[in-house]
Amino acid sequence: MTTTATPAIDGWFTTGPEPALLGSRCTACTTVYFPPAAGFCRNPACAGEQFERVELSRRGTVWSYTDAQYQPPAPYVPATDPYVPFALAAVELPEGLTVLGQVAEGYGVADLRVGAEVELVVETLCADETGERTIWRWKPVVEMGEEADQ
Amino acid sequence: MSARQVAVLGVGMHPWGKWGKPFVEYGVHAARAALADAGVAWTDVDLVVGGETVRNGYGGYVAGATFAQALGWNGARVATSYAACATGAQALDTARARILAGLSEVALVVGADTTPKGFLAPNAGERWDDPDWLRFRLLGMTNPAYFALYARRRMDLFGATSEDFAQVKVKNARHGLANPYARYRKEVSVADVLGSAVVSDPLHLLDICATSDGAAAVLVTSTEYAARHGLADSVRIAGISTVTPTFPNTVMDMPNLSTDSSLATGEPERTFKASIGHAAYEEAGVGPADVDVAEVYDLSTALELDWIEDLALCGPGEAEKLLRAGETTIGGRIPVNPSGGLACFGEAVPAQALAQVCELTWQLRGQAEGRQVEGARVGITANQGLFGHGSSVVLTR
Repeated sequence: MTTTATPAIDGWFTTGPEPALLGSRCTACTTVYFPPAAGFCRNPACAGEQFERVELSRRGTVWSYTDAQYQPPAPYVPATDPYVPFALAAVELPEGLTVLGQVAEGYGVADLRVGAEVELVVETLCADETGERTIWRWKPVVEMGEEADQ
Repeated sequence: MSARQVAVLGVGMHPWGKWGKPFVEYGVHAARAALADAGVAWTDVDLVVGGETVRNGYGGYVAGATFAQALGWNGARVATSYAACATGAQALDTARARILAGLSEVALVVGADTTPKGFLAPNAGERWDDPDWLRFRLLGMTNPAYFALYARRRMDLFGATSEDFAQVKVKNARHGLANPYARYRKEVSVADVLGSAVVSDPLHLLDICATSDGAAAVLVTSTEYAARHGLADSVRIAGISTVTPTFPNTVMDMPNLSTDSSLATGEPERTFKASIGHAAYEEAGVGPADVDVAEVYDLSTALELDWIEDLALCGPGEAEKLLRAGETTIGGRIPVNPSGGLACFGEAVPAQALAQVCELTWQLRGQAEGRQVEGARVGITANQGLFGHGSSVVLTR
């Protein structure tokens, strides 16, 4: 990551050595939202209007996964020319929600299975006029004994 | 069965394809076909409901009034519906509601689309608060990628195989061979599907439906009007479900980047898709065991298998068994997508839910030449689209 790297979207995740998604928690019913919610709690049984910012768990389990073998259309901004396919995963977090993300660079669908553990990392999504833009990604957690080539 | 029914007197379609003409032409073609099928004059229609789509590339957006003007202003009331893939069913529900309220008697419901090439993509412009824009910008998450997530879960959880998914395409391609409105009328083999390019693992190009131009129209009336015209035994709409999800919606839905959290509230009784069919059954007063034929939204081959379970036509994880035994083929226990489905049509969003109703009407009348489900009396449709929209329609005879 270069010094010009900035998150591709403000206020959705932290950077640094232990990055995390930033959710919001309703102070009345404790329901957690990601992307962060504001205004009114969407739990129909809750009248809450106050939220506190919370970091979501950095580890979760794979709900499902796939990849994008063709370049997605705009507003996707390709990181490379020619296009290089990437994997995607939906990950269940201990907070009771599932969050989509690209899979960390160097990993593909062969490295994933439903129920496998993954960890959040922050990597470069693309570059624009302001420099590199970063995004959260899911990285497979390598079990002990499987890291021979790490 | 419910007494709150309306009669389907006429149905009509414009063939699906990539014709490149204005959507109004297709819509008028389908509308006139439905009127002719019913033997009802356009001047008798007192309500027009148009299905709308929200996408750039049109020389104007679709609205009920667009079709009413093209057919020749006749003073009818007008309404326009948008509900993503469920648009046609929501339009039909609007027509039904006014008829059952006694406010209208003869309603023409029309959906038509002219689609762009390639992946469906959001409208131009930067919209940092729009999940449909953000999913492309931040993740490169296309529609097929969502379908692929569902497909992969079937493989990892239920042992589905790529061959199973291909077999859905083989079946639907065969079903659609004799359908004059289908865009693709050609036998497809398992090898063809597996040999086509992988778009989003595990789905191949031939597992995923195309986008098409097309139009469908349905003429619905009060049962009294039908009886007065000697059509008391016409096909009836017994139920229309357009329910929204119940919080928390815990299944990843297009175009969202996340699900609701169930931690504070617990899981809902049913998933969104299961609740769509459940509400239609409840309203119609029939159950899954009564269903003779189903038209479900096979945006992907694997999604057809999900729908069979969501409509409770079999238990969770059992759809592959049904498929392998030939039970979902015409002649089997519960034929699914006898029209050929989206596999043979490609998706024309605002017309598609109405096309499902057209097909079931022909099936229940015994007019589905070359693809007839013998003796069909009860049919159900199902689909789901963006932003919490979905629908299911139960037709009976």
